[in-house]
Amino acid sequence: MKKTTVIVGLGSCGIAAGAGKTFSEFQRIKAADKLDFELKKTSCVGMCFREPLVEIIDESGSYLYGQIDPAKADEIIEKHIKNFSPIPEYIVQSEKFPAADQSFFEGQVKIALRNCGYMDPENIEEYEARNGYAAIRKIANNYIKPDQVIQMVIDSGLRGRGGGGFSTGMKWKFARNYDAPQKYVICNADEGDPGAFMDRSILEGDPHGVLEGMIICGYAIGASEGYIYCRAEYPLAIKRLNIAIEQARQKGYLGKNLFGMEHFNFDIKIKEGAGAFVCGEETALIASIEGRRGMPRRRPPFPAQSGLWKSPTNINNVETFVNIPWIIFTGPQAYAAMGTEKSKGTKVFALTGKIKHGGLVEVPMGITIKDIIYKLGGGIADGKKFKAVQLGGPSGGCVPEYLSHTQVDYDSVNATGAIMGSGGMVVMDETTCVVDIARFFLDFTQKESCGKCTFCRIGTKRMLEILTRITVGEGREGDIELLEELAHSIKDGSLCGLGQTAPNPVLTTLKYFRDEYEAHIRDKKCPALSCKKLLTYKVDQEKCTGCMACTKGCPVDAIEGGKREPHFILQEVCIKCGVCFTKCKFGAIQLS
Amino acid sequence: MRVKRIAPEPIAPIAEPSVDLSPMDSLIAKYKGRQGNLIPLLQGTQELFGFIPREAFLKLHHDTGLNLSELYGVATFYAQFRLTPSGKHIIKMCHGTACHVQSVTAITDELLDFLDVKDGETTDDGLFTIETVACLGCCSLAPVMMIDEETHGKLTPKEALKIIKEIRRNEAL
Repeated sequence: MKKTTVIVGLGSCGIAAGAGKTFSEFQRIKAADKLDFELKKTSCVGMCFREPLVEIIDESGSYLYGQIDPAKADEIIEKHIKNFSPIPEYIVQSEKFPAADQSFFEGQVKIALRNCGYMDPENIEEYEARNGYAAIRKIANNYIKPDQVIQMVIDSGLRGRGGGGFSTGMKWKFARNYDAPQKYVICNADEGDPGAFMDRSILEGDPHGVLEGMIICGYAIGASEGYIYCRAEYPLAIKRLNIAIEQARQKGYLGKNLFGMEHFNFDIKIKEGAGAFVCGEETALIASIEGRRGMPRRRPPFPAQSGLWKSPTNINNVETFVNIPWIIFTGPQAYAAMGTEKSKGTKVFALTGKIKHGGLVEVPMGITIKDIIYKLGGGIADGKKFKAVQLGGPSGGCVPEYLSHTQVDYDSVNATGAIMGSGGMVVMDETTCVVDIARFFLDFTQKESCGKCTFCRIGTKRMLEILTRITVGEGREGDIELLEELAHSIKDGSLCGLGQTAPNPVLTTLKYFRDEYEAHIRDKKCPALSCKKLLTYKVDQEKCTGCMACTKGCPVDAIEGGKREPHFILQEVCIKCGVCFTKCKFGAIQLS
Repeated sequence: MRVKRIAPEPIAPIAEPSVDLSPMDSLIAKYKGRQGNLIPLLQGTQELFGFIPREAFLKLHHDTGLNLSELYGVATFYAQFRLTPSGKHIIKMCHGTACHVQSVTAITDELLDFLDVKDGETTDDGLFTIETVACLGCCSLAPVMMIDEETHGKLTPKEALKIIKEIRRNEAL
């Protein structure tokens, strides 16, 4: 009889949702009741809205349970493990019990996420059992030459998944073509886009996959050293990478004369980033590894010619690298068979915001935004109306609802004014104010501008001031035109991607939601009822119970009315701070 | 008119520093003379003291020969480095896009108000430092805050306050 296995998802967000406690509970009861089941851990399977997730595999099949706290864990042990009777109410995916959440997995094609949530990331044997290190072995055993490897990557059509979308194979070719005694491979794991966590999940769930991708790259371009530049905000990812590197060294997968290939030496080091968004830019990242301020420099020379310590360097991001072993092992044609004409393969998206089923999804290129949101994501949360989706983070833009039939590929997304970016997809509903979102992103880029280029340093600051003014009801005629002028100057006058794309959130919202800007400026109204200073607060006399919670909270004593009497707000005294709205337990404060 | 150049004062390490800097010796021994050692040195120093004291800059400069201006320039460039002591607990309020859309600002305001500090400041009792950060990468649990190493998700202003009050109560015991 097959032994029952219990697998608990222990990614960062799973732990935040309480998966650690669930795991301990299984551990405790297993020891206390001397139960004979195997307890394992894995990483994020992407179904974030149902964390903590527990998978039970027994001889009858596999059952994925969602939102399992210690109490439910006890129930599962009692019913499922001891008495072989699964609990359908908690099941989110299983062949035996079709669950409503099943749709989240349908339509997904997992290549970059092939191992995330399916194995213990701290165990190299489990990775090897899933064709791990088989791609580099295939290269070694079949004497595939570096140029052939590069040709395979070119044939696959893989484009940089960090946002740039440049052909990965071509990039490798450039780095290979420069002769130098020392070359470097860098993995950009400085995922800084707010609203994106694809790379974190991959690093936490499949660290060996990233290492193997880098080893193959090292072989292809002729590099002997690799760096992973990882955000310090991802402590779990760094921990698992360190474990993975150590295991790979012990097995002889990192070091000298690897996989029986004489003269192929490759080792990997981790560099912890110190917190600067601009370090996602290649030349800034290199400066940071060299121990300097992360400021971009002019290109050319490109890193492929003169990168880290002035040596030829190839930089790709986490998702790009993790695709490589699959492409080499399965063959480039299989990868190229997916997607659209110019965007091949799959892309991972972090689906967040006002969405029912937020999480990590991997879909073939060419799927529409609408399908991602409605079919995989289950639609908008709380029955609200879909307004727009923000793609590409601070460098990207908002795509409005009426363009949600847009295909997800590099060129179609660019045509809307947004960018594919690294894969953040933040869904907004009717209560999200686009002017506020634009202000939010400008606030971010303004803080993160390294200060080298004047337009980026001062221009973003001026744009932020104007946007802030608009959202507090002090917008003036001509503000929109001034924003546009500044936006174009910043795009033209900045050296690196940060400045060149910083105005995108403003430009796209102006393009699709100009009327909302005008409402803010001319009528001093926020159509989404989100900008506090533009709202009028009123007490619904029917709902008010006279509990005085708002009266006590009001900092300017603008609310009148005694105990158990309906209150009212003195509009001329009200400073629109919104405290009464948050204090009221009965929903009696109305916004208009 | 000729420019009068002021010769920089020679910078020597402080003879009697206010903090014991000897734990830095092994760190310096490990990284001295290595390529790209500046950031790891600063990170290591911060790990020892919770911030980078003025005296530590001088010691790094003296013992490794790295430029003081470069050390200071790098330390002030990156968000990670602190030049003043932090509170016992560090509260990081995530202001990423997903958290922003889910009204994290209201929660931050509530906490700042309760702790009576501004963003980035430390409370008078030295218990909490609160700061807003770009993204903690737990977007599906938005709004999120991280206290020390623990992440708290799906917050409301009330819950966030409760967590803070509980820590304060436990500390008082």
